[in-house]
Amino acid sequence: MLGYILKRFVIMVVTILIIVTLTFILMHAIPGSPFNEERGTSEAVQANLQAHYHLDEPLYVQYLLYLKSIVTFDFGPSIKQPTSTVNDLLGRGFPISLELGLVSVIVAVISGILLGIIAALRHNGLIDYFAMTIAVLGISIPNFILATQLIQTFAVQLKILPAATWSSPQHMVLPVLALATGPMAIIARLTRSSMLEVLTQDYIKMARAKGLSPYKIVFKHALKNALMPVVTILGTLLAGILTGTFVLEKIFAIPGMGKYFVESINNRDYPVIMGTTVFYSAFLIIMLFLVDIAYGLLDPRIKLHKKEAE
Amino acid sequence: MSLAEEKNQELHAGSTIPDEWFRPLKKESQDAEKVSRPSLSYWSDAWQRLLKNKLAMTGLLFLVLLALLAIFGPIFSPHSVREINLPNQNMAPSAEHWFGTDELGRDVFTRTWYGARISLFVGLMAALIDFFIGVIYGGISGYKGGRADNIMMRIIEILYGLPYLLVVILLLVVMGPSLTTIIVALSVTGWVGMARIVRGQVLQLKHLEFVLASQSFGAKTRRIIRKNLLPNTMGPIIVQMTLTVPTAIFAEAFLSFLGLGIQAPYASWGVMANDALPTILSGDWWRLFFPALFISLTMFAFNVLGDGLQDALDPKLRE
Repeated sequence: MLGYILKRFVIMVVTILIIVTLTFILMHAIPGSPFNEERGTSEAVQANLQAHYHLDEPLYVQYLLYLKSIVTFDFGPSIKQPTSTVNDLLGRGFPISLELGLVSVIVAVISGILLGIIAALRHNGLIDYFAMTIAVLGISIPNFILATQLIQTFAVQLKILPAATWSSPQHMVLPVLALATGPMAIIARLTRSSMLEVLTQDYIKMARAKGLSPYKIVFKHALKNALMPVVTILGTLLAGILTGTFVLEKIFAIPGMGKYFVESINNRDYPVIMGTTVFYSAFLIIMLFLVDIAYGLLDPRIKLHKKEAE
Repeated sequence: MSLAEEKNQELHAGSTIPDEWFRPLKKESQDAEKVSRPSLSYWSDAWQRLLKNKLAMTGLLFLVLLALLAIFGPIFSPHSVREINLPNQNMAPSAEHWFGTDELGRDVFTRTWYGARISLFVGLMAALIDFFIGVIYGGISGYKGGRADNIMMRIIEILYGLPYLLVVILLLVVMGPSLTTIIVALSVTGWVGMARIVRGQVLQLKHLEFVLASQSFGAKTRRIIRKNLLPNTMGPIIVQMTLTVPTAIFAEAFLSFLGLGIQAPYASWGVMANDALPTILSGDWWRLFFPALFISLTMFAFNVLGDGLQDALDPKLRE
């Protein structure tokens, strides 16, 4: 197990290093210096600015400095908002984005699993068809489209929920609904199919024969094994929810990290784009690593399988 | 000497068998070995199964219709995609403008079919590029095995860990959004899924006897991968391609929402929906409704078709 964790850890570090290098190379591939457009600055001032940001150093020195700044968690200043550093923006926006993302993940996982279980228990019944129709629709309707339709229905026409901003629990309902539906649908489908498979196995028949209550059979015996596939896609779902926050924060005018990120893309505010990309990528890659470890711990077969493979 | 022994002796003596020993076979046993129906190939069998899947066929029908409308739709409209008509801005659907007009007085009906061209093109190109890179990479990795496979799989594992949309955003910020750069950016990490699937299939197939037969005839690696292994992996490959298309269409629309979409005068559905965002509150519903409807329907159609193909091409999986 330790070897497995170590191997995943090395892969994680290499992946983060690659995304850091990629952002560095890409941002330096853009022609021109960030200070070319500064009006009314003399050559001397430009040179000073260049020196201040180490732009006059050779590329590998800049790269090492960049690596150092990332390790020390210092993403530098924003070009377009001179009073804020990227760290300021992250500090302001990330907690809100995290709240939105976390609530959506919890809603998606719980409702998805429940929907999947109900559909599996009523296999080929009316509830099953209903649940699976919702699931296919949930996968097919992009979250930003769903968001606009939710606003139109619940905020503009019915006027029962606020259309935008982020200040009270009511404000959370629509964005969370828009963000959680897609992942919920995927989880529901997966839970249903693996539940159907598990329910035909001998140990479930055994549990029935022992006279256990259906509740116990489902939640104590079947669910544990049925949830393994769900754990494997958790990483991908997290990535989807995280990138989903970008557009949803824009649509719902939520002052999270996604809002700053979208603004920085439209203003070409490179330090913010770089900082956010690196921060979010690292966050996601670490999450993927944790999911992998959790999966390894939960399913003893993985350990054996990995050993055999090597 | 019994009769049987007598006959035996006659046989051994080399004499001819008397004609009366031959009796015609009964009619019904004659037909027992006959194949009454034309034999079904794997593909026609899968097609038959797909035909029975109503949801998947609805999806397929919708996509055929959409493709036809994307090609011929603009012909039915008297308005060109670039025609700007400011006095007619934000008009509700009418006989003149079937889907209404946008803030520059452009005809939403015409623009919807131009959007379909772009969205479908992006989706299909992304799937095709994924196919080529994924099949070559996965095929070599799976067939070669050993050290080559090990290194190639490490690379895949690392690429798989990269957040897809973030990398795409980064690439587009640098390259600038256009039809080509969007397709390139989507393909840079998109092929990884296909490569994994092809590799897994090839790993299973390469130890089977027909591959060994090919090897012993001296077939080269390229020939074995192309002629023996790939045709047998086509099922999962097609399913994966069908499911790549909606992902790419989603990604393209998503990028449009971030301001990284196709630039004017072209319009994809994502760009149209993004431009229509401010109209949510004003009540000009048609601006958002039509692009939103078609993005969702197209993704739905590809998803149900992909599911149907999976059931049809891999009957084992179904049970």
